Order: sequence, then C-alpha cells, then structure tokens
Amino acid sequence: MRSLRIFAIGGWLSYRALFGWLNPYLFVIILLVPSVTQILFFAYLGRAAGVEDDTFYVVGNAVVAAAVPGLFGMADTITDERYTHTLSLLVVSPASRVALFLGRAAPVAVNGAIVAGFAFVVGSLLLDVSVPASSFPGLAVTILVTAFACTGLGLVNASLGLRWRESALLSNMLLYFLLLAAGVNVPLDLLPGWLSTIAQGLPVTHGVEAARELVAGASLADVAPLLGAELLVGTIYATVGLFFVRVFEFQGRRGASLELA
Amino acid sequence: MAMGWAIHFKQESRNPFFLWILICTPLIYATIAYFLFRGGTDEQTLAGAAIGSALMGIWSLTTTASAAALAHRRRVGLLELLVAAPVPFWAVLAPITIAISAVGIYSIATSLLYTRLLFGVALPIENWPAFVAAVPASILAIGMLGFLLGAAFVRFRAAWAVGNLFEFPVWTICGLLIPIAVLPAWIEPVSWVFAPTWGMNAMRDAALGESTAWDDIAVCLGLTVAYCVAGAVLLRFFLRSALRRGTLALT
Repeated sequence: MRSLRIFAIGGWLSYRALFGWLNPYLFVIILLVPSVTQILFFAYLGRAAGVEDDTFYVVGNAVVAAAVPGLFGMADTITDERYTHTLSLLVVSPASRVALFLGRAAPVAVNGAIVAGFAFVVGSLLLDVSVPASSFPGLAVTILVTAFACTGLGLVNASLGLRWRESALLSNMLLYFLLLAAGVNVPLDLLPGWLSTIAQGLPVTHGVEAARELVAGASLADVAPLLGAELLVGTIYATVGLFFVRVFEFQGRRGASLELA
Repeated sequence: MAMGWAIHFKQESRNPFFLWILICTPLIYATIAYFLFRGGTDEQTLAGAAIGSALMGIWSLTTTASAAALAHRRRVGLLELLVAAPVPFWAVLAPITIAISAVGIYSIATSLLYTRLLFGVALPIENWPAFVAAVPASILAIGMLGFLLGAAFVRFRAAWAVGNLFEFPVWTICGLLIPIAVLPAWIEPVSWVFAPTWGMNAMRDAALGESTAWDDIAVCLGLTVAYCVAGAVLLRFFLRSALRRGTLALT
C-alpha cells in the first residue's frame, strides 16, 4: 500500500514540480509550441531536399515529440532534487525505488503521449496531411507505446544524472541522436548500415515505422510486431535504468557525492 | 563593455552545456542535411548547409543562453544589484549577449571542419576579405538580437523557456538550412528583420561567390544598430515597470 501511495501521489507531485510549481503556460511554451515548429522545420527541409513528403515528417516528428518529456522530464526528477537539496533526503528514505521512479515515470509517459498527439493533430492540420479516421485508435496505441519506450530511455538518463551533473546536456544529446538516427527525419535506408543497425535498438524507431504504416492504411494487427519491438526496447531501457539508479545511488552514498556529481 | 565582453566570453566558453549546443547542433544538423541532400544536389548546397548549421548553433545558444543569463542573475540575487548600479543596465546586458553569440565562433569552426573531414565537402571561400568581415558582422548582429530579446526577458520569470520558443521558427524562416524560396511567400519579408537571414546571406555569398556579400554585411551592421536602440528602449520600459511594481526579483 505504501509503495502504491509513493507510486501514485509521489509521482503526481513530482510531475507537477517539473513545471516550476505548475504554471500551465510553461507547458505550452516548453512542450506544445516547439513540437509543432519542429514539424514545420523538418517538413520544409524535406521539401527542399525532395526526399520524402510532408506525411513522413509530420508522423516522424510528432511521434518523437513524446521523447522530449520522457528524456528531460525524467532527468529533471533527479537534477531538480539536487537543485532543491532534497536528493540526499530522497536517497535515505526507505521508499521503494521501483515505486518511486516508476511513479515519476508514469505521468511523464502520459505527458509524452499527449504532446505527441497534439503535435500530430496540429502538424497534420497545418500541412494538410490526410490521416484516415480508421487509423486513430492504432495511432493512439502507437503513441502510448512510444512514449513508454522514450520514458524507459529517460530512466536511464535519470540514473546517469545521479553521477553526472550535466544531465540537460545528455538529454539533448539523446534527443538529437533520435532525430538523426531513429528514422524520424532521415529514412533508414539513407543512413550508413551501422547507424541503421543501431537505430533498431533505439526507442521511437519502431514506433515511427508503425505510425507511418498505420497512416498508410495498415491495421493495428499489421503493426503489432513493430509495437512489440518498441515495447521490448522500452522495457529493456526501463529495467537498465532502474538497475543503474540502484548502482549509482549506492556509489553516491559511498562517495558522498550526490550533491556534487 | 569591452571588459564585460571578455569576461563573459571566457566564462561562457567554459560552460559544457553551451559548448555542447555550439558543437553538436551543427554536427547533427549538418549530418541530417548531408544525408538528405546527398541524392542529386551539388556540393554548393552542402557547403551552404555547413554555414547554415553553424549559424543554427549560434542562434540556439544566443536565445537559450541570453535568457538563461538573466534567469541565473535573478536566481542568485544579482539582477537587482546590477540594475541599481550606476552603470546603465544596457551596458551590462549587451556585452553578455554579444559574448554569447561570439562563442559561436566555435560553432563555425566545428561545422566547417566537420563537413570537410567527415564528408569531404570543402568550403571554397571565394572572397576572403568579405568572409572575414561577414563572420564578426553576423555574430555582432545576432548578439544584439539576443540583447533585444534579453530586454524583454527581464520582465518574465519564465524567460529561460521563452528563449527556446524562437529556436525552430528562426531556423526555418531565416533560410539557414532551408532555401527561403521553399517557404510560403509571406515569410520572406518577415525574415528580413532577423539578423541570421543576413548573416547567412553574407557568409554564403562571401564563401561561394554567388553575389557580393558587402550589402548583406551592411544590413547586418544596420540591424545591429536597430536592435541596440530598440533593446535599450524596451529595457528602459521593462525596468521601469519592474521597479515600479517591485517585481524585479519575482516577476
């Protein structure tokens, strides 16, 4: 029961704290507006390059929009604790780490899905991309699964924040790598073989592919293997992230370096 | 102002997050451009993309760091002291934003080296005097645009977040990686008020010799003066507002 309370209430409070004690307009200017301006940038870049059509960039950038809350939100759950000098208190608390961090991850994943959904709708409307209504349920599932996978990577990112102060830098690095290598803006067949192989282990890659197939008319059953792969990738990252949280927490306690990392 | 510029240049040069923006933004976007444009277009497009991605890094840093500089001073309680000091606040703020954009020289060096070494795309600089003049003129103009934004940021506590808002829109409308001809026609006049548009034109024209770069350099300098005047007026307005309400530390 205690773990459930930590998961639900602790996670919700942590999520609220991400926005500077919840100024709703920050949510709009940090997450919603940039997700749309990013779509427009890449759609016009795609037109200039003549590689793919607008649909490719709307779908790709809308789905990857789920990664921004996943990566930055999870990293901030550690760095904000350090900034407010509560990280040591958190680490000495008897709370279950799994409940604690999964509780923080759940609203972040839902948040990512909401941002991605918003970007998808607004991007499609602005660029006149036609999406069949029959694909909406499948797209909703795809976005949720991708948001989960991105939050799994975010957990790894958060764990590294226990050892490395520059977690914002790492979040940016991961996000940029997803933009380049996950098939979001550059078709995988244009990438070198080694990079497209690495892409198979990234969150977003399979989710984007599934979303593109759904928009092209595939059914949810058709893209189930892709969603399964995305789910597997996310689960692996989340497990590795929780493991590293324990390892780095132990190292931080032993070296008294939690506030200094 | 010169001393302030020098101190801030050194300080910002040691910030790992800023260096990341300056180095990795051109790396990633030049790579994306390389993969997207390699099919069917000439080396000039890729050379232009190298310059554009360098300016993208400078712009990203200017918007993010100008906003962060004020937020940091507010957080540590320095903002009120700086405003109350006998030195006019514009003379404090302008060197910060110009130093931030000047650190962008790393972005230019990274982008040109990266595209040369990894992709084998050399930047054939046709007019060295114009290129040497275009780089500082562009940096100065972008820095003063950062000053103009910074003046507005004084009023808003969430300035650090507002800075991010300008990243993709300016990258898009200033033709840094995307030819302006691809964009809707109404965007072109809008792009004229942004320094990166003219900086990009100046550096590209000087490097590729497509046309004279001196007129673009002149526009950069003209915009520098315009941003300076507009920023000083805006700053005066917002500072008065903040002082009257007693919200400088709280806004």
